[in-house]
Amino acid sequence: MTTASVRRNGRRGMFYWQLAFTLLICLFMIVPVVMSVTAGLTENYFVGLSSGLTTRWLVEVWNLYAQSIWLSIYLALSCLGVTLVLGIPAAYGLLKSQKRWASLVEELLLMPVAVPGLATALALLLAYGGFRGFRSSWLFILVGHVLFTLPFMIRPVLAVMQSINVVKLEEAASSLGARPVQRFLSVVLPNCTSGILAGALMVLTLSVGEFNITWMLHTPLTKTLPVGLADSYASMRLEVGSAYTLIFLMMILPFLIVVQWLGQVMTRKASARVS
Amino acid sequence: MATNIVRNENSNRPATAPISLRLRHCGRTFPGTRGSHAPHVALQPLDLDVEPGETLVLLGPSGCGKTTTLRIISGLEQPDIGGQVWFGEEDVTQLPIEKRDVGMVFQNYALFPNMNVEANIAYGLRIRGLSPDDIRRRVGEMVDMVHLNGLERRPVHELSGGQKQRVALARALAVRPRVLLFDEPLAALDAKLRDRLRVDIGQLLRSLGITSVYVTHDQAEAMALGDRIAVMENGRIAQLGTPREIYHHPGSAFVADFIGSVNRLEIKGAEEGQLMVAGGRLSVARYHGASVLYCRPEDIEVCPVTQAAITGRVLQTFFLGQSQRLFVDTGAETPLQVESPSREQWLPGQTIGLSIAEEALFSIADAQ
Ligand SMILES: Nc1ncnc2c1ncn2[C@@H]1O[C@H](COP(=O)(O)OP(=O)(O)OP(=O)(O)O)[C@@H](O)[C@H]1O
Ligand SMILES: [Mg+2]
Repeated sequence: MTTASVRRNGRRGMFYWQLAFTLLICLFMIVPVVMSVTAGLTENYFVGLSSGLTTRWLVEVWNLYAQSIWLSIYLALSCLGVTLVLGIPAAYGLLKSQKRWASLVEELLLMPVAVPGLATALALLLAYGGFRGFRSSWLFILVGHVLFTLPFMIRPVLAVMQSINVVKLEEAASSLGARPVQRFLSVVLPNCTSGILAGALMVLTLSVGEFNITWMLHTPLTKTLPVGLADSYASMRLEVGSAYTLIFLMMILPFLIVVQWLGQVMTRKASARVS
Repeated sequence: MATNIVRNENSNRPATAPISLRLRHCGRTFPGTRGSHAPHVALQPLDLDVEPGETLVLLGPSGCGKTTTLRIISGLEQPDIGGQVWFGEEDVTQLPIEKRDVGMVFQNYALFPNMNVEANIAYGLRIRGLSPDDIRRRVGEMVDMVHLNGLERRPVHELSGGQKQRVALARALAVRPRVLLFDEPLAALDAKLRDRLRVDIGQLLRSLGITSVYVTHDQAEAMALGDRIAVMENGRIAQLGTPREIYHHPGSAFVADFIGSVNRLEIKGAEEGQLMVAGGRLSVARYHGASVLYCRPEDIEVCPVTQAAITGRVLQTFFLGQSQRLFVDTGAETPLQVESPSREQWLPGQTIGLSIAEEALFSIADAQ
């Protein structure tokens, strides 16, 4: 055998090792999900698959928790709305501000991510828990979610604005006669879509899956998907909890795939433009 | 090309006469920012007059305040209290940029990435609410003017640097601005393209007759495009004049040095029409008693040593293509720079004779 072919064989052997290792890791992560999903579909988990498959648990979960599911969707969309309305102008403001405090604010934006959700929730309870109506409405949870997700909207939008040099574009637009609102709508927004989309994806997923803050802030009437999940795990049959997971996955996966795909298309477009 | 433009423009432009542009006492002090805390004087209060239809070039090294001046004219920056900007008879100091009717061309193009060539050029027209027919006609004219035919539908990211800058130029011209402002528009292009676009821009400016201010740190560009040049240094205007004046009669050592190269000849003594300098003596008819005289490298001639006014030893030669630059040691502090025809061969160490015509010598008021 020549040295070249030895090397080639060696390289191929290496490849198989890597493949096996990767598959093993994937298996390690996927098996629990599969087990959980099948548990939600079997008649009796302790007996096993031989007890037969059923959709009974799914129906039961839906009957019990439909409200939480709707609330979660509603909450995520509202959260997205609020972070869009607050986040884009905030990013824009940070970009334009030359002041020293602007960089400080940029650093502070990471704070809610580092502070445990429980602490944020506790602070909210201490500050606003006294307002009964507010405390028991879903708006209270919304505030928590917005606090938590806002940085994830601001950061990508700010990054895109910096990378395409929005300030210069605006100066060009203004020299051509565009007033501030006109140039924001015709130049700033359309050129930031990739960042906005990336931010939106983060906000939606974080809001739908958020547990810590929500668990502290929720009332029996304002239960979101993850809180309901914890609830069902704690108090119901294992099959019900698993069926719940299944529903959760069915809801969130298609949605994630669509948004991810959109994001990729947009970034490809944007990077083609920049180069 | 130039004549075409004139005809096109005149046929459908209401005869708006070009306006003058005046800065009065315009300074700019920046407060401390993220990096440093002390206020920074970017521009000392200055007066500047640009005649109607004239192209004024602001020339100077990095950080001397060229961009700041341009931004004050455009309205992107406000002068310090007391400064005034006049467009013709109108005081525009308080007007925001979008009301000033200026066209701007930036170094990095600043084209809108979300629009194609056509839409970029049409942007200002749409903002002004022109009818679709008018917009189409005007965009067509502009595309012809800057030779972008066939590229109208291209997304701007598919254009070369030169094409991008043409789009930017067309976009700025489309709205028929009162004042045209350029901030180093060619700095990002390679040398060949820069030369071509410089010629095109020069022709456009002459034929359109728009009052223009052109910022650059490239002296060749300044000479070629400027009706007058303002050489700036440390936030003030060091000298203002035609390219010829600036080149042949620089007002300060800084200007002399910034525009081309210059030789410094220290006068050690004078006797009967002759000035003693390092390496020899210069014969002059008139002598005003200056202690230092200057001359340009291309004004020094190489001649046989026996007829030479100055002799020296060749230190180094740089071949430039159309000529060569010799560094000649005459015993002075710095070697003399001499421009000589490129076919002559000189070797380091060789002794060389030089002569300088009297009219090529000049003195500078502020020289120490
Ligand atoms: N927004 C700002 N804040 C603080 N300082 C500034 C600001 N803009 C400009 N300066 C300072 O003012 C001075 C003049 O800047 P300016 O941009 O006018 O220079 P320039 O002549 O255009 O230089 P260049 O050739 O590098 O573009 C510089 O020292 C610069 O650091
Ligand atoms: Mg500049």
